[in-house]
Amino acid sequence: MSALHPDNETLTRGEGLVLNLYVISALAVVVVMMLFGLIMRMAQGTWINVPPDIFYQLMTAHGAGMVGTVGLASSAVMWFFLRKYVRLHVAMFAANYVLFMLGALAILAAVFIGGYAGGWTFLYPLPVHSMGVWSVNSAALFMVGYLLIGVGFLVFYLDAMLAIIRSYGNLGRGLGLQWLFGGDLDKTHPPAVVASSMVVIVNSLGILGGAIVLVMCLINAYVPSLALNALLVKNLIYFFGHVFINASIYMAVIAVYELLPRFSGRLWTVSRPFLWAWALTTVMVLIVYPHHLLMDYVMPHWMLVMGQIISYTSGLPVFVVTAYGALANVYRSGIRWSVPAQLAMLSMFGWAAGIVPAIIDGTISVNQVMHNTQWVPGHFHFYLLLGVLPMVLALMFHLIDARRPAGGAVLRLGLPLYLLGGLIFVGAFLAAGHVSAPRRYAAHLPQWVPYDQVGSIGAILVIVAVLLFATYIIVGLLGAPGNATAHAAR
Amino acid sequence: MNRQDEVWLITLIGIALVALVFIYVISRSGASPGADARQLQTRAYAIRRWWFVALLVLGVGVTYASLRPFPVPDQQTQLAGAQVVDVVGHQWFWQLSSYRLTAGTPVEFHVTSADVNHGFAIYGPDDRIVAQTQAMPGFTNRLVYTFTKPGLYRVLCLEYCGLAHHGMANQFEVVAATGDKP
Repeated sequence: MSALHPDNETLTRGEGLVLNLYVISALAVVVVMMLFGLIMRMAQGTWINVPPDIFYQLMTAHGAGMVGTVGLASSAVMWFFLRKYVRLHVAMFAANYVLFMLGALAILAAVFIGGYAGGWTFLYPLPVHSMGVWSVNSAALFMVGYLLIGVGFLVFYLDAMLAIIRSYGNLGRGLGLQWLFGGDLDKTHPPAVVASSMVVIVNSLGILGGAIVLVMCLINAYVPSLALNALLVKNLIYFFGHVFINASIYMAVIAVYELLPRFSGRLWTVSRPFLWAWALTTVMVLIVYPHHLLMDYVMPHWMLVMGQIISYTSGLPVFVVTAYGALANVYRSGIRWSVPAQLAMLSMFGWAAGIVPAIIDGTISVNQVMHNTQWVPGHFHFYLLLGVLPMVLALMFHLIDARRPAGGAVLRLGLPLYLLGGLIFVGAFLAAGHVSAPRRYAAHLPQWVPYDQVGSIGAILVIVAVLLFATYIIVGLLGAPGNATAHAAR
Repeated sequence: MNRQDEVWLITLIGIALVALVFIYVISRSGASPGADARQLQTRAYAIRRWWFVALLVLGVGVTYASLRPFPVPDQQTQLAGAQVVDVVGHQWFWQLSSYRLTAGTPVEFHVTSADVNHGFAIYGPDDRIVAQTQAMPGFTNRLVYTFTKPGLYRVLCLEYCGLAHHGMANQFEVVAATGDKP
């Protein structure tokens, strides 16, 4: 077993190559998708003119691209750290990458060649009812792209699942369920294994739910007489979408568990509250999705109540365990504030602060005046842009840190710019949501335009910072000799 | 203060509190002579227990207060004496069975769609949302709202429905009840 717990994080040549592909591709796609986002905000802000068909194509690509890429980058975080404790196969990790790229190509072709603009949520029956704007074939190609990406993730998760079962006996033991009610808690049980066990359970189910609804929609696209129940489809889509994006957060947070202690000098060990938090989150993330359907009054009302209550309780593990644990880990520790440490801390702030407006919006009576306003992109950009992306960037800077200690312009300019731009960007969304500006509009009423313009300025600052980060990381990965063969231990 | 303003204020306070805690801890992240990690951890665990209890009490209180009365109307029971408006969403226009309503008497909107999902959102004279529900093919959502202010109300679509989603608008007028001052 000890061989599976290397003190260092050495990568073989093949592993280094695949990981570099993940990192570089993710950075490149994120920058392009951010530019799409900027174009949309500037169009809403009347600074540039974008025809509605192009706007909604960009919106569809931005949504699908960002959700997918955050998932891809987060899976790199999980793979990098989990492989220290269990035996993962790099071929499965590579297969995920190849299938993701094939899926991304299908999606890009569907959107920018086929003109598909049905949104990343492909809400039935819009994909097959475009009023002649795009063809059924384009919609089908988009959905096939999703299926390819889903299969890739499933391959990766199945490999991780088998590896955890081989090392720990079953997924429950990986989660640490045996210590919930007592017993001699093994404090050396890695938080990375706990988080990974949770992710492979929930996201395999989430992706299977997505696959079911995608196949249903594909059949309906070519056999329209097999009509679908719009409410059932909506339930399945939001189940899949919610679980997938949340699993990305839970994969990425492993970077915080692994990296922060190295700079604070304090171990982040599992405890009973920690294990309870992850066990409960495993259940909650699967049943909270009705909070996306609070305005569907025909839903069983107990499900709406469950959506509200589980939205509230979902915040507890973050506030009481992870963010709190990070603060306790750092307090009076003499931490060395390296770039990965700063990013890890920023991610904890972004996650904790970002779920404040999210949880409030999970209240039915609030949702009645906030649903599908810009409040929604306000809160999810908060914890994705200032929470998850910094977690992923923390790993990326960690990868190059030993060879090329980050400093200079990155420290002095990049991080403050990213934080400032990010706060302006999400603040503009939230402020606009507060005055009822709708989301997903190609054009806004004059009273909403100032918010769009402020948001655009925030987006520009963020993009400059991310370009700086991306350049630094890619040069670091490609430039240093021997980068593909080994990563020095810290 | 309308509901959006309350939500905005609570959110700003919540985010500010989170930020203050982070700033405080980061400002105290330097090594302190005599700071014993085990002692600090014990203290942190003790604080966490109270923090957990405080959040739990807050959550239970807010849940109770926000769900009583239940904010979603019963979908089976018709309200006696209510004004009824049938609403159908189409790509890309709203069709309402009535465009003139009276303030002070509950209005039942029976909302459905002829094609794809739409979001039936009512904007008040101050351009803030006052109520909404989804318009879905094959289902009818029943939305009940009592207008208190006369004026022009705008209907916008809040569920993305294709090329002219942002132009899918209509409006209706709410007039003061007979005997009320205009």
